[in-house]
Amino acid sequence: MNELNRRDFLLRAGTGLSATWVSANWLAILSAATHAHNAAKAQTPPKFEFFNPEEATEIEAIATRIIPTDETPGAREAGVVYFIDRGLASFGVEDQKTYREGLPELQARVSEMFPSVSKFSGLAAEQQDAVLHSFDERSDSPRRAFRARPGAQNFFETLRQHTIAGFLIDPDYGGNHDGIGWKVIGREREHMFQAPFGYYDKDYPGWQPAAKEAEKK
Amino acid sequence: MTVHQPRYKTSDEVDFVIIGSGAAGGILAKELSTNGFRVVVLEQGPYLTEADFNHNEIEILAQDKLTNHPKLQPNTFRKTPDEKAKPQRALVYGRCVGGTSVHFTANFWRFHEIDFIERSKIGPIAGTGFMDWPITYADLEPYYTKVEWEIGVSGLAGASPFDPPRSKPYPMPPLPVKSSGVIFERAARKLGWHPFPAPMAILSQARAGRSACVNCGFCLGFGCEVSAKSSSLATAIRMAERTGRCEIRPNSYVHRIETDANGRATGAVYFDEKRNTHLQSAKAVVVCANGAETPRLLLLSANKQFPNGLANSSGIVGKYLMLNSGGVVTGQFEHPLNDYKGFAVSRVLHDFYELDPQKVGFYGGGGLDARFDFTPISFAFGGLPPGTPRWGKDFKAALAHDFNRTMEIFCHGTSLPLENNSFSLDPDLKDAWGLPALRLTYKDHPDDLKLGNWMFARAHELFDAAGAQKKWSFPVGEQQFAVHLLGSCRMGNDPKTSVINSDHRTHDVKNLFLCDGSSLVTSGRGQPTMTIQALAFRAGDRITGLAKRGEISA
Repeated sequence: MNELNRRDFLLRAGTGLSATWVSANWLAILSAATHAHNAAKAQTPPKFEFFNPEEATEIEAIATRIIPTDETPGAREAGVVYFIDRGLASFGVEDQKTYREGLPELQARVSEMFPSVSKFSGLAAEQQDAVLHSFDERSDSPRRAFRARPGAQNFFETLRQHTIAGFLIDPDYGGNHDGIGWKVIGREREHMFQAPFGYYDKDYPGWQPAAKEAEKK
Repeated sequence: MTVHQPRYKTSDEVDFVIIGSGAAGGILAKELSTNGFRVVVLEQGPYLTEADFNHNEIEILAQDKLTNHPKLQPNTFRKTPDEKAKPQRALVYGRCVGGTSVHFTANFWRFHEIDFIERSKIGPIAGTGFMDWPITYADLEPYYTKVEWEIGVSGLAGASPFDPPRSKPYPMPPLPVKSSGVIFERAARKLGWHPFPAPMAILSQARAGRSACVNCGFCLGFGCEVSAKSSSLATAIRMAERTGRCEIRPNSYVHRIETDANGRATGAVYFDEKRNTHLQSAKAVVVCANGAETPRLLLLSANKQFPNGLANSSGIVGKYLMLNSGGVVTGQFEHPLNDYKGFAVSRVLHDFYELDPQKVGFYGGGGLDARFDFTPISFAFGGLPPGTPRWGKDFKAALAHDFNRTMEIFCHGTSLPLENNSFSLDPDLKDAWGLPALRLTYKDHPDDLKLGNWMFARAHELFDAAGAQKKWSFPVGEQQFAVHLLGSCRMGNDPKTSVINSDHRTHDVKNLFLCDGSSLVTSGRGQPTMTIQALAFRAGDRITGLAKRGEISA
């Protein structure tokens, strides 16, 4: 793509940006967009590096209760399990132990609460939530007395944070597949924005000194 | 790093070695090299540039790519000197070329006249080290103007009736207003207050080969990919490099200033990236390592001649630390603000800059700003109202509804200088290089806490006037975490109650200068970087004068 074509591309891609504004900030926009594009290209195709397929199923099942799929997509559609897997093999190596030890403890709680079931993924959604509430220290739900499982509690908290991060991270950095998390929270996936930004500044008449404001009353 | 830099040998006795390349160090590197001196800047962090910056919240916010690392550089904290300090992360600062100015919010108010003479005006405050500065606002005014024009500050002169006098307007208009700014402005005016466009060290127009802000939304905490944020990296460091007399040497962790038998500084000892030790010789040493690392370096440099640490005959190196009081009140509105777009702050007000202690019952003053400084992940962890579920369907629904409808009012205020509040060397904990870790001792003065609560009440009033659907804040508590690192090697005329004189020269060592947040005598009302940079420009003039008159080497 030569520079001129790229500019056309950006003009089309950057919805709501005026041509004058883009042209005034052209170099900066190009460098930012190219940079992001290169980062996106560097992503590897989804393939598990840390989890085995069975673990991945369980992790995804838990992540799906942390950010469920309802009228809008959730952790599953955002590919959070892939983000976590890659994270544990790279920046989050020190959390590997938390996952290795915590997941079996969590599964033990599943059998404690629902003796006929051995896997989290085998429970109905409400049952899954009940298991997770039993680890959530700050949960309001009534809790039965269970054997303390600090490993699983720590694991749940870590997985909660990783799921949220994988859902909301800039899609150029290995999670938030297709910008799904940002669509859910209403964040446009652009690398640059032009005023007006929101409802309250769209009709702002420009700065006026307070004295004039007082006269208007 | 496209500009050719000189490579000095460590045995070359350069004119100045500057320790730290941040807000102050960058300006001093630029000023001293421009004035013809040979300068080496030793920066403990890496030399990152625009190409290294990104929007990766994990890398930047969770892994401290741009900041001091809690594992390599652990800290301890205690409230008072009679306690044993416990390991806990106690401060954050920029650890890369450009320092904290790389990731800061870029709020760039000037201090007002009162900040320099407040002790004279209201009298002493028992139990504190409250004192006047040895310089006044008028002394600093030309340098505030220099900051605005040389590094690039956006703003509107005369928009605040409380602004101190200025010799020139801003070099460029304010940044666009955000929805948070409009809500703030309209509500504040209803209350009879005087909001104004925030002065920001972010370009509203392209300038000097740098782009205007493109409102990407990853600002506070992040490095700017398009050089619109006027960090030392994007401005002064590059000007210094262009002189051909300044070498920026990254990954150089200074841990000792050497002195000779005459009590003069001879250079700085540092670890390189491979932890080999070097001594960079210099005719004079300028420490701009920030309000925590500057006193730490002086204390680490203790020797037989200076048993309490270098330049510490007063015993107050590290003490009278001020962190600025304040906190945040958050509000939610009916319609989308989309405040994630753009820089953090677009409106400020200074109606409460100077409160009358007789009327309010405490010392202090402050400013309010309208902002949204969250990114998506940080919002999910810190931006939702108290009581929101932390996971599940309702959590997701809250995220989806609130992300675009939330704004914050940040309350910034004074801190009183207390002798007990300090950075010092922890007697037990070591950093990854085997050096004593930083220990923070801090307990806010009761007036600082009263001020915080008073300002919170104003922010709540403002949200009420604005018709916020929800608003909340957490009680103002004693601080245990330092961001603004002020006053720990303060300036003064009396060597018993200050560390440096008004030329930034230490009272004890003739060729040792300190300039950064540690130099401040009072805390201002928050937002210290503008003043730190004005001081650095002024220090550049003063030090150049001394050097040219032969008064440093004599």
